[in-house]
Amino acid sequence: MSAYFNEMYDTGAVRPPYARLRDWMDAMPTELRNLKQAEAEALFRRIGITFAVYGEGGDPDRLIPFDMFPRVFAHDEWRRLERGIKQRARALNAFLSDVYDRGEIVRAGRIPERLVYLNEAYEKAVAGIRPPKGVYSHIVGIDLVRTGPDQFYVLEDNCRTPSGVSYMLENREIMMRMFPELFRSNRIEPVEGYPELLRRTLASVAPEKCKGDPTVVILTPGHFNSAYYEHSFLADLMGVELVEGQDLFVEGEFVFMRTTQGPQRVDVIYRRIDDTFLDPLCFRPDSMLGIAGLMDVYRSGGVTIASAPGAGVADDKAIYCFVPEMVRFYLGEEPILENVPTWQCARHDDLKYVLSNLPELVVKEVHGSGGYGMLVGPKSSKEQIEAFRAKILEEPEKYIAQPTLALSTVPTFVEEGVAPRHVDLRPYCLVGERIELVPGGLTRVALTEGSLVVNSSQGGGVKDTWVLAE
Amino acid sequence: MRLLVDHVTRYHYDQPVRGVVQSHRLTPSRFAGQKVQSWEVTVSGGQRGGGFRDGAGDWVQAWSVTGPVSEITVRVRGCVDTMDLSGLLRRHREAIPPTAWLHPTAPTRTDAALVDLAHSASGNGPLALAHALSDAVADAIAYRPGTTHAHTTAAEALAQGEGVCQDHTHALIACARVRDMPARYVSGYLYATDDGTPHEASHAWAEVWVADLGWVGFDPANRCCPDDRYIRLGSGADARQAAPIRGIARGNGEERLDVTVAIEAAQQ
Repeated sequence: MSAYFNEMYDTGAVRPPYARLRDWMDAMPTELRNLKQAEAEALFRRIGITFAVYGEGGDPDRLIPFDMFPRVFAHDEWRRLERGIKQRARALNAFLSDVYDRGEIVRAGRIPERLVYLNEAYEKAVAGIRPPKGVYSHIVGIDLVRTGPDQFYVLEDNCRTPSGVSYMLENREIMMRMFPELFRSNRIEPVEGYPELLRRTLASVAPEKCKGDPTVVILTPGHFNSAYYEHSFLADLMGVELVEGQDLFVEGEFVFMRTTQGPQRVDVIYRRIDDTFLDPLCFRPDSMLGIAGLMDVYRSGGVTIASAPGAGVADDKAIYCFVPEMVRFYLGEEPILENVPTWQCARHDDLKYVLSNLPELVVKEVHGSGGYGMLVGPKSSKEQIEAFRAKILEEPEKYIAQPTLALSTVPTFVEEGVAPRHVDLRPYCLVGERIELVPGGLTRVALTEGSLVVNSSQGGGVKDTWVLAE
Repeated sequence: MRLLVDHVTRYHYDQPVRGVVQSHRLTPSRFAGQKVQSWEVTVSGGQRGGGFRDGAGDWVQAWSVTGPVSEITVRVRGCVDTMDLSGLLRRHREAIPPTAWLHPTAPTRTDAALVDLAHSASGNGPLALAHALSDAVADAIAYRPGTTHAHTTAAEALAQGEGVCQDHTHALIACARVRDMPARYVSGYLYATDDGTPHEASHAWAEVWVADLGWVGFDPANRCCPDDRYIRLGSGADARQAAPIRGIARGNGEERLDVTVAIEAAQQ
């Protein structure tokens, strides 16, 4: 295991951010730990937070394992990450503004034209339409992994509707309830301001036609959706209405919500449904989830949709390779966060390399998610590798490959006591009039020994994520 | 040519509906080939919604009607001066780059027969190739009203060898894409001089992106490029996306549609 960076122990010594956790850990006998673990589970069940993270599918009623051992960032570590995340969120939004306008980055030859304009997620229906404040992706979830004290890599960007933030909030809430003493002995930056910050961010991008206090709603596909819990949880904490398509209708230049007091105009819709279902008049005519005429209201400036339709073109796995280029092109800065080196099987030379190095690589589907349809070379049998080789050869353009990263580990409670397990991190960056980031995020942990796959559908759990105050 | 348009669309619902939302592409395009003298769209009982110029350069106008309502009439009346530009769409502003129009939609998806048809055409240079593709489509699909329906795909129309202007246009878009030429669906009006039959007045044709020339219109159904008999309203990737009127009614009423289009040339 020494090949992996352990975030708590560096060459045997305890790293400063974890100093106080060591005593806490040592003072916890097995019986107490089991008791606490059972208590945590009961709390989660009572809250009802059982949905799968990131729309990974799987059993929606299954509880995602919560590990009580927190993941800790020192103040300085976090400040650097924060700068990198905000920089990336700015660049992604600049890219979206550009490709739906003049496409300067394409004209300059910095990103291939077809990759952008023939992308499944490029939406002709919003070309030439500028959303309020020019923001397309209002909640940017950036998945990060760490490989050393100062080495962080971005695994992927999520510009549409990244989920999982309710875990960030619940994990903290539960830790504070169960271990109040930890929050006295450590100065931990709060994350509970997130819902209010999200509400303010959304209100700040209300359309110009909106005079006065904007009405914000969350649009959900309904209770059968695996993330419905998160939708209602956020609506509750933000103090806004949770609506389904049938609760809204278009009249004249605006969108209205049916209420017991009569129709109420809606100014900002935080939608948790995909573009294609938003409006049967503009997109899929068979959509029962959307609102007929919504896109015309949006495009004529009567309502804001967050994230903006078409935002997905920025978080495609093939576009991902060009994000560092976006940072340089739009911001004139060097990227603070690095990309994982990526081979695109659509390119002949890359494909050749990938096929001859499969046992060392991680291969993913360009449009896949949730750890499905991927190959982790070092963890796969010869047969699995050969089967995957055939799949790649069939449709090379559907795959990208990356080196197997030495994901950092954090101590985690396991059957035998405490042991290092691999983790990743998803912080949630909010983009409105200003760019904001709460100090924290969602840490996912691969609970199986040696596993590098943190997805909840593949045996992953979650941890509270701390950022220490200065 | 000065063309006078009177286009009436009547929607009847057998049970009153709670409301109707429509999205119109019913305003003549702004380009060098046509100049609007007067133009008016009315919707009975309708409330005008937002309007905007979309990425393809079309004026899109939203309307809503609050029910209960069992009949709606959309009437378009206007006068447009047109010029013959041999199909060229000159001085037309749009934000969507031509490459984006290479993306297929369901009715323009290719099959082996469409690919073969596309490769059967040859021409010296992209303009000649586009003409050849348009001719190939006209040869392969005979004009025969009533043989296809609104959801017929290009592949289906080619397989049965007959169809109407919508099918010709879908087939030409599909074939152009096979030859790596962006293409799109255009809806508009046609003043039919000789045997002015009503079904032709509301017309559709294709535009193909020709390097150095820009967008050029091709009308396989009439084996020509649009000239001063044509009024261009708007474009899209297929018939549905380019439709002059798209609408959805809230309610269970069954919809029945009556359309009359009269295009006349004004005496000058």
